[in-house]
Amino acid sequence: MLDVAVASRFGRHLLDVEGLSAGQLEELCDHAVEMRAARAERRHRSLLEAETVALAFFEPSTRTRVSFELAAKALGATTVDLAVEASSVRKGESLVDTVRTLERTGVTMLVIRHGSAGAPNLVAGRSGLRVVNAGDGSHAHPTQALIDLLTLREALGSLQGRTVAIVGDVAHSRVARSNIHALSAVGATVRVAGPPAWVAGFEAWPGVDVATSLERALVGADALMALRVQLERDAGADGPALADYVRDWRLDEDRMGLANRGAPILHPGPTNEGCEITAELADGPRSLIGRQVENGVPIRMAVLAAFAGAA
Amino acid sequence: MIARGFGRLTDPPASFLLAGARVVDPATGIDELRDIAVRDGVIVDLPADDLERIDASGLVVAPGFCDLHTHLREPGTEGETVASGTRAAARGGYTTVCAMPNTDPPLDESAAVAALLARAADAACRVRVIAAATRGRAGHVPTELEALATSGVVGVSDDGTGVPSERVVREILKRLAPLDLPLIEHAEDGEAAGGGVMRVGPTATRLGLPAWPPEAEERMVERDLALAEAAGGRIHLTHLSTAAAISAVRRARARGTRVTCDVTPHHFSMTDAWVGGSRRFAWEETSLVGTTGEPYDAATRVNPPLATREDALALLAAIEDGTVDAIATDHAPHPSHRKAVPFGEAAPGLVGLETALSLGLAAVEAGRLSLRRLVEALSTAPAEIIGERRGLPPGATADLVLFDPRARWQVEPGALGSASSNTPLLGMELPGVVRMTVASGRVTYRR
Repeated sequence: MLDVAVASRFGRHLLDVEGLSAGQLEELCDHAVEMRAARAERRHRSLLEAETVALAFFEPSTRTRVSFELAAKALGATTVDLAVEASSVRKGESLVDTVRTLERTGVTMLVIRHGSAGAPNLVAGRSGLRVVNAGDGSHAHPTQALIDLLTLREALGSLQGRTVAIVGDVAHSRVARSNIHALSAVGATVRVAGPPAWVAGFEAWPGVDVATSLERALVGADALMALRVQLERDAGADGPALADYVRDWRLDEDRMGLANRGAPILHPGPTNEGCEITAELADGPRSLIGRQVENGVPIRMAVLAAFAGAA
Repeated sequence: MIARGFGRLTDPPASFLLAGARVVDPATGIDELRDIAVRDGVIVDLPADDLERIDASGLVVAPGFCDLHTHLREPGTEGETVASGTRAAARGGYTTVCAMPNTDPPLDESAAVAALLARAADAACRVRVIAAATRGRAGHVPTELEALATSGVVGVSDDGTGVPSERVVREILKRLAPLDLPLIEHAEDGEAAGGGVMRVGPTATRLGLPAWPPEAEERMVERDLALAEAAGGRIHLTHLSTAAAISAVRRARARGTRVTCDVTPHHFSMTDAWVGGSRRFAWEETSLVGTTGEPYDAATRVNPPLATREDALALLAAIEDGTVDAIATDHAPHPSHRKAVPFGEAAPGLVGLETALSLGLAAVEAGRLSLRRLVEALSTAPAEIIGERRGLPPGATADLVLFDPRARWQVEPGALGSASSNTPLLGMELPGVVRMTVASGRVTYRR
């Protein structure tokens, strides 16, 4: 049975996984496993009945927004979806004013996704709400990192001493950054790989190895994480041409043969099949992509419960 | 009795005796304990025992400070006024500030310059004007430089951006040469800066913020130096922030180029790690990796962005060896709503008039700067660049600052004369308290 009262040890806000200990990360994964069972058995239905959770997504999202909403509802919270397009944000209301308005209407927790790195830090410091970051710019996506941690743990067991390679546009990826923090914390070796402009700067990140070819990324890897190529983003002058990326970096079953036997493949979704990963690989036996989506609601239930207890 | 608080340039001239001060006057090379007597606003010979005696033991007297780079935000409505900005200056020890023209609308015509000068006639320090280098600061057509020169401007600049067109820079430099005015360049190659909001480095990588490579400054500096060499005009590079830019200036000086430059207190004391939450000065920092406090404080957003520890220490060394002529604040007040937004959307800049001396003294305490050079870079050197005289010999109009180099104060909004308080120094304790500022013989600040 989850004890909400002790959960204040996690802090008031979940802005990033940076700062959470290995023990806390494992504990949140354990809570998610318990939440998965609780949800199936319709237990904990009133755990968060005192909470009103606002979902403020300033960037598009399907799986993250839906799974946060289902997680909150499964625990009995009232939810309110700030439809950004139809809100006063369109009238130029500032982010801080919008959040303060939500607070005055009785919202207690804010789940926020925003295009600017640090936006959750800003609202955490300027409102009384407890803030859960659902992705900010290229900075952090802590619940995705927890999902990936749980998914990898279920596939590989302990991650201590294992090597996880993250492939793609690491520089612009909040998923990559949060995974680097989480995986490093639990004792895994993190390798990032991609075209030079997409891994620039990561050589200075303590404990992170930079691989400059897909082969170097794969050999010795116990698991692979493909990142979504952001087709909607202007690749910029220094980014690779899409055709070159597909040729040099797309993950397929053949190339996966270079990794350790049975190494699974993860992807935070949505995939651009045929671009960063082949459909065959995404739908094949190595793929944990479906499992990642399934772990979304339990992880977010665990997170909402843990941070709701931190009054 | 000299009243405490702020005064104005229109007040009657003051008379007093500063007893037992350490007089640091770069103009005359003096650094010794002595008395300074001021009668009716003029420094006079001793003895002058009939004057109001102010015990200045333990305090330093220096020529009044001169800021080459101040945003007074007039005309405009945001963050500061001539009145509040000049009070901030007086509290910081400044007797002159040079108002930058990136106002709303820009200061690009003689009439606007004259109007601002008129508004500043009874301010708490002298206001000099730097006019826009191009019409509307749009970078295409030079302003009426000859007319502006006769209206009393001390230089021209499109500060906020550089002047991108080489052809336009060449024309401006040629026309400024006979006027003996500098083009003051904000050296930033917009293309190379590429939308960056902080400096490239481990902190930017960690925070996931679009980053600005040092080449964005270096390229523009090299271009400007080459153009100045060819055109023969005066160029002044403002708020240089990188070791590479300083090296370029050093090389150009050796070739005989007419170039002067300034650096800001924030660039010589703070680093990009401050964006990640660090509040350790460049000279005390041991590790630049990671976030140590609250990251993304919009008060640390500034252009050019806070640089590396190596850059900051190179700036200090360059102040000390004279490669950098002056310390200029780039005092950039913003109302709180311009900073209460995500980091990358925040208006760049921080207030600096009231912390410049303190940051300099902190560097002096750390052994990174001499008091003599600090005083020179704050007072006589920038004054010379705009053609003002400074110095404390008998017969000179009293224009001075009296400060306690060891006293500590806490930076907080209530302690600032500025209408804004956008600085990451809030809550920190700094050395250096100004006791009195005297501009043009009038006491403009006394505590």
